[in-house]
Amino acid sequence: MDQRSVYLRRQIVRVLAAARRGHVGSALSIVEILRVLYDDVLRHDARDPKRPDRDRFILSKGHGCLALYVILADKGFIDEDELWRFCQVDGLLGGHPETKVPGIEASTGSLGHGLGIAVGMAVNAKREAHDHRTFVLVGDGECNEGAVWEAALFAAKYALDNLTVLIDYNQQQSYSSTHEVLELEPLGDKWRSFGFEVNDVDGHDVTQLRAVLNGVATKPRALICHTVKGKGIPGVERNLEWHHKSRVSDAEIDQLLSALDELHADA
Amino acid sequence: MRKTCLDTVYGLARDDSRIVFVGSDLGVNTLSEFREELPNQFYMEGVSEAALIGMAAGLAMEGKIPYVNTIATFITRRCFDQLAIDVCLHRLKLRLIGNGGGLVYAPLGPTHEAIEDIAILRALPNMTIVAPADADEMRRLLPETVDYPGPIYIRLAKGHDPIVTDGSKPFQIGAAIPMSEGSDALIVTTGITLGLALTARDQLARHGIEPAILHVPTIKPLDIESILKYVEQVPIVVTVEEHSIIGGLGGAVAEVIAEGDFASPKRFRRLGIPDSFPDRYGSQQDLLEAYGITAEGIVSVVMSLVR
Repeated sequence: MDQRSVYLRRQIVRVLAAARRGHVGSALSIVEILRVLYDDVLRHDARDPKRPDRDRFILSKGHGCLALYVILADKGFIDEDELWRFCQVDGLLGGHPETKVPGIEASTGSLGHGLGIAVGMAVNAKREAHDHRTFVLVGDGECNEGAVWEAALFAAKYALDNLTVLIDYNQQQSYSSTHEVLELEPLGDKWRSFGFEVNDVDGHDVTQLRAVLNGVATKPRALICHTVKGKGIPGVERNLEWHHKSRVSDAEIDQLLSALDELHADA
Repeated sequence: MRKTCLDTVYGLARDDSRIVFVGSDLGVNTLSEFREELPNQFYMEGVSEAALIGMAAGLAMEGKIPYVNTIATFITRRCFDQLAIDVCLHRLKLRLIGNGGGLVYAPLGPTHEAIEDIAILRALPNMTIVAPADADEMRRLLPETVDYPGPIYIRLAKGHDPIVTDGSKPFQIGAAIPMSEGSDALIVTTGITLGLALTARDQLARHGIEPAILHVPTIKPLDIESILKYVEQVPIVVTVEEHSIIGGLGGAVAEVIAEGDFASPKRFRRLGIPDSFPDRYGSQQDLLEAYGITAEGIVSVVMSLVR
């Protein structure tokens, strides 16, 4: 894990220190996916977040927003000070992303909505011959929602080669593993049979992510990102106690920060 | 009314490329000319209301004005979360056209009878709800919907309903329309119940009762000012709707009256579908008669309140 990935994780923990709550594990799972998107893939402009030729990105698993807020602050969409007011009554940033935040394309949080909206955006771009692309990040638990698969049918119908679905496949949802709660396997075959071009990648390997995301598609794409919930912090990794955590103590914050320091002293 | 509605949307779409039509597996040949002439503005999708509303929301976020059409129960109940979050929270210019508001699909049973569509949508912030009384009123309404801010639910009646509205009065979203003046009672209507109230007025006249009639084609935002003004002038108020008596026109007017601080007390009744699923088939007319949602039913309720 390089310096940038460690830095972004430290920022997430600092937000947690300010708010004492958040979907920590879900955010740590998607740091590299978001980082690569915003550093290397998406056409975006923090000074003009709504510019028409921007690429669209929707965080459909809205509860992972801690990671997105940290990136948006890093890119200058929002003032870094807003991070420290996460979930506060007068703050801009809530526990799920909303469009009042510059750079947030769609308000999400109720699962299964993002792909449908993304399909609408992508089909519009296609019909109007715009060259911007649409990316949507869904959770694996989110794939329990029927609306995800309805929208997948639409994407295939319109051959949306300008649409990429990224699946954060950490194989854990709120209660337990995705295999125990509701089996998604064979997940790649499912997306393939729905008309998608499917790639499996290590969702924490920025080189792999860059290569696949910058590739050209001839069909709607599904990128199954193999990730680790809570990635980067022992004690949080694969620990469902940290899926969502509230009343986080000083001692816990110290543990998280020192774990990041120790593990990534060379980063 | 449905044909008038869709044909009018087609006409509007010809002049405005922002307008797109989104259907959910509608009847064969629906708007086939629209599809042929304006293929880029026409979508016919599957029976997947949740993702359909999501997709239409995505189109609206990109600046399109989608007119989404399917059966009223499916465009309200089936995709309620998408309406709340994708559409209302984002305050999108998206128009929902619900076929068969009320008991229109009587022979098809409760799955197809939209008896609570107004109630559930009324609870959503930013949603506008309109229920025109006839095809002429629909024709006057639709041009007003194009640039109106936020989402609109357009509740369709059966079709071939008698023309009862006054063409000289423009349709203004949010405005109630006084149809008759009188000081003995007030009948408040929405959708096709205006026609019933007009017939009831003539029957009541024979009993020496002169009712005012206030037609409320926009149930949300409610024209509270007009309702207060008309209620003030009468001792008796009766609402009439082809909808559950919970949460629809009657509920909305009851809320206004309850907070109205009138100098004199009001005798108030809601005429509509009681709190139950229809348990019979037949025709829309059969069920309306069974529930007393008829001119005679209105007369009977008003007379029961006369002292």
